[in-house]
Amino acid sequence: MIRTILVALTASLALAACSGGDKAKTPAASGGVAISGAGATFPAPLYAKWAETQKAETGLALNYQAIGSGGGIKQIKAGTVAFGATDKPLKADELTQAGLVQFPTVMGGVVPVANLPGVAKGQLKLTGPLLADIYLGKVAKWSDPAVAAVNPGVKLPNLAITVVHRSDGSGTSFLFTSYLTQVAPQWTVGASDSVAWPTGLGGKGNDGVAAFVKQTPGAIGYVEYAYAKQNDMTYALMQNAAGAFVIPAADSFAAAAAGADWSKAPGFYLLLLNQPGQNAWPITGATFILLHAKQADPAKGQSVLKFFDWAYAKGDATAQSLDYVPLPADLKARVRQSWSAVTGPDGKPVYVAP
Amino acid sequence: MTAVVSSPSATRRAQPRGATIAKVFEGLCFAAATALLAALGGLLVALLIGGWPALRRFGFGFFTTSAWNPVTDVYGAAGPVVGTLVTSALALALALPVAGGVAFFLTELCPAPLRRPIGTAVELLAGIPSIVYGMWGLFVFAPMFSKFVQLPLMMAAKPGSLLEKLTVGVPNGSGILSASIILAIMILPFMAATLRELLLTVPAAVRESAYGLGATTAEVVMSVTLPYVRGGAIGAVMLGLGRALGETMAVTFIIGNAHGFPKSLFDSGSTIASTIANEFTEATSPVHTSALIALGLVLFVITFTVLALARLLLRRQESRL
Repeated sequence: MIRTILVALTASLALAACSGGDKAKTPAASGGVAISGAGATFPAPLYAKWAETQKAETGLALNYQAIGSGGGIKQIKAGTVAFGATDKPLKADELTQAGLVQFPTVMGGVVPVANLPGVAKGQLKLTGPLLADIYLGKVAKWSDPAVAAVNPGVKLPNLAITVVHRSDGSGTSFLFTSYLTQVAPQWTVGASDSVAWPTGLGGKGNDGVAAFVKQTPGAIGYVEYAYAKQNDMTYALMQNAAGAFVIPAADSFAAAAAGADWSKAPGFYLLLLNQPGQNAWPITGATFILLHAKQADPAKGQSVLKFFDWAYAKGDATAQSLDYVPLPADLKARVRQSWSAVTGPDGKPVYVAP
Repeated sequence: MTAVVSSPSATRRAQPRGATIAKVFEGLCFAAATALLAALGGLLVALLIGGWPALRRFGFGFFTTSAWNPVTDVYGAAGPVVGTLVTSALALALALPVAGGVAFFLTELCPAPLRRPIGTAVELLAGIPSIVYGMWGLFVFAPMFSKFVQLPLMMAAKPGSLLEKLTVGVPNGSGILSASIILAIMILPFMAATLRELLLTVPAAVRESAYGLGATTAEVVMSVTLPYVRGGAIGAVMLGLGRALGETMAVTFIIGNAHGFPKSLFDSGSTIASTIANEFTEATSPVHTSALIALGLVLFVITFTVLALARLLLRRQESRL
């Protein structure tokens, strides 16, 4: 009998352990001030810094799990977090379908980096179609006439081009491939967090890409701007929609955001790719927050909006110090207005920006 | 309790006090064993359910094609499967002789004062987390491997020769062979430590009598100790192979992460574990997630088959003895 009881006991324990696993991540409902978020890894250092300052200032605590944009979308749809974060915005119809609202928080850019002996930082110039041909493997040598055509006067080595891309699914790859899709008709690979790369090798994370580029003469890769800057990598200039070759820098990302028409972007679905403007960096993107439009617990939704309202008002300096680019003021105003769509069970907005 | 009740009351009185404890102990052990089986079964069922949408959609083709395209949602497992098998086999081939050498050295040749430090060092190697191996592999091992192995080999290869075919690739230290070497270093301590323990089980009398007959150390190893532990040694090797098959982070860092079949030793590839690690967090389409879980199922089955084969080999060995 003991045997039977023990077997039954272990079996039920095992079952309880199985079913309990999913719910373990649910944040403690009590307290009310602690908010839980999960998603994109790109803005994670900034959200952590914002949370730290805000906790000291207002007592509002944030628990953010950097599990990747895909994870952020999954978790907010499953309702296990108060907000999800993603580098890959959801389209307006997908937002309505899932009952979500979306808004951008900060911007960043994707920067091509290269390892070319004899070519200094900022000397190499690239155009969108040329970048696509390189990543397709069609232009396989740096001495190719196609590279020389956009780089008159630059002495390019007779080296094979080693293409490096991200191996892990990443918002950076999403922006990069979306840009190529937009500017180069020959790029039929598509745009996504991970794609079927026609050539080259994959490094894990920005570090992985950077390490492969640094270790391989003739390599080209792409990383987050903050990463390229902090590691002093050899970046390339990119030709933008206005035909000018621009340097990746905070003001060229801001220029891309300034040239964007947010009024024609329902749900703030806008990739800041190839935007007009003489100084606009062509591969710019924002990172986004996802919230349920109908908040079951209004206090929770209010805390989230309060958090980002504070970040909009006082978080710009922190963002800049970490090499993120703050949103322009008119866009922030537009986002604040959109928050009235977030309502509690009574249909009233949970938070009204002051 | 039923057993006790059903037995005659006379025997019950005669039973020593320890009998109840023995029953409880027996029950606990049985529970532990069944819980393990249940967990294993649950894992298999969960993987089957999770991977089912992908398996149903791609059918048998999932195992035979190497297309892996998250944009069009077309997935085939052949590339990662081949990568997993090739890297594990290479790692085993590289690690086994070294592990054997280490074990024999420690049991037969090593001066007594060195035995403990070297033994501890080997066990310490096993305790290093795989992410550390990965970072070391990417930042330290890869540049050296590129400079001292890849480039010289590529330059030495004559056009059209087999060596040239085997060494095609980007000489930056990444690729199938680099991943296999890192894997070999990682599985080596497991195998060396287990082999050493096995060799220590050889009765001193057996060994000494061989020496007494005038055998050299090599002869003792070859014809006495090795045959004595053969069965267990296969188990040790399989333990290492099991770890190599499932190793994730270290491989992800250095294998180059290209989908499809690797064409040479220096070419980039992928393994099942590295593909899952790379794409699971950002997989938003249900088919993508399902395909990754199905990959997990394939790895489960491969590992299970390998271990089952090891069991079979062991049994054959034992029956021969």
